[in-house]
Amino acid sequence: MAKPKLATCALAGCFGCHMSFLDIDERIVELIDLVDLDVSPLDDKKTFDGMVDVGIVEGACADERHVKVLREFRAQCRILVAVGACAINGGIPSLRNLAGLEACLKTAYMDGPTVEGGGLIPNDPELPLLLDKVYPVQEFVQIDHFLPGCPPSAETIWAALKALLTGTQPQLPYSLFKYE
Amino acid sequence: MSSERFTFTVDGVPVEAEPGQTVVEACDAAGIYIPRLCHHPDLPPVGHCRVCTCVIDGRQTAACIMPAAKGMVVENNTPALNAERRTLIEMLFAEGNHFCQFCEASGDCELQALGYLFGMVAPSFPHLWPERPVDASHPDVYIDHNRCILCSRCVRASRTLDGKSVFGFEGRGIDMHLTVTGGHLDESALAAADKAVAACPVGCIVIKRTGYRTPYGRRRYDEAPIGSDITARRGGAKD
Repeated sequence: MAKPKLATCALAGCFGCHMSFLDIDERIVELIDLVDLDVSPLDDKKTFDGMVDVGIVEGACADERHVKVLREFRAQCRILVAVGACAINGGIPSLRNLAGLEACLKTAYMDGPTVEGGGLIPNDPELPLLLDKVYPVQEFVQIDHFLPGCPPSAETIWAALKALLTGTQPQLPYSLFKYE
Repeated sequence: MSSERFTFTVDGVPVEAEPGQTVVEACDAAGIYIPRLCHHPDLPPVGHCRVCTCVIDGRQTAACIMPAAKGMVVENNTPALNAERRTLIEMLFAEGNHFCQFCEASGDCELQALGYLFGMVAPSFPHLWPERPVDASHPDVYIDHNRCILCSRCVRASRTLDGKSVFGFEGRGIDMHLTVTGGHLDESALAAADKAVAACPVGCIVIKRTGYRTPYGRRRYDEAPIGSDITARRGGAKD
């Protein structure tokens, strides 16, 4: 029987959840026995060739590209797991919701201490359009499991992933269930 | 006094109480934990947060303000009540700006600990992202209104324990907010050692330069859920 496939993506976040995932250390050898890595920044595979068993989403939705990637993951992953505070609550990127998008851009690109000659808010059509606010992923697609934490510890990710890949429901013990 | 002691039941377990005790007080003494947020043992109960709501003699009632009575039948730890309590906690998380990842109160926060207790993983409600100020004018204490849950513990502690009445509320409903007598903290009589500061269940009123001192893993709610100190009083009893 073919190994289950695992895909991961990083939306608006710091990549810390992926780093925490890699923090499983030598258990990554065990992981390779359990899964084939599909689309992921870890192996740099960019496009899906078909359905994947488990998808891991790190990060919130801050621009249109994030929403596109998220919807693609939902369409291609049988089980979709939101990992970390950004994906679940908006996290640090959502701090911009408190100030407003325009004020943030203005502060960074127009009024910054290193800005000379008036500045310019980047508007190249190549750049993904920013959303009005930063949104948790479950506001766009159905999420099957949530792993809170900022980031969730390697133990948390490992425990949940192993459960999902072996067909059981992830049950986190109290000490692994954290919002930070 | 002991001659007048009486018994009522909580989830079928007999609890002894004395006249004048509320349901929460009697249960605390008996080692039965009723989840609560605005209640503090040193402060007069007010029934603000409704997290302690139990079904008492068939009616939903805040247990912190309900006097215990002989023969009372209390339902506390039921899936239905805990689901409603989780909803209350989710609403508080959605209403304010609660960023556990950089909050000084993380690990010691009662709101966060109740989220853990009720298994809150993701918000059921969209975040409101309100714009709220931070008052850092005081030399030793700051208030981050983003984290205020309007429990009124500081209001009550300042008035009844500190004798200062530094805090109050203004506005109604969603506009209700904590105010400081005099406008800013540095214009108030607040001191870092005040009971009003210690009474804050979240990271709203914080003593400056004391954050992150207790390492991860050794904070109040890192290893044991909130209420463990109360249930430990039951001795050999399970649950």
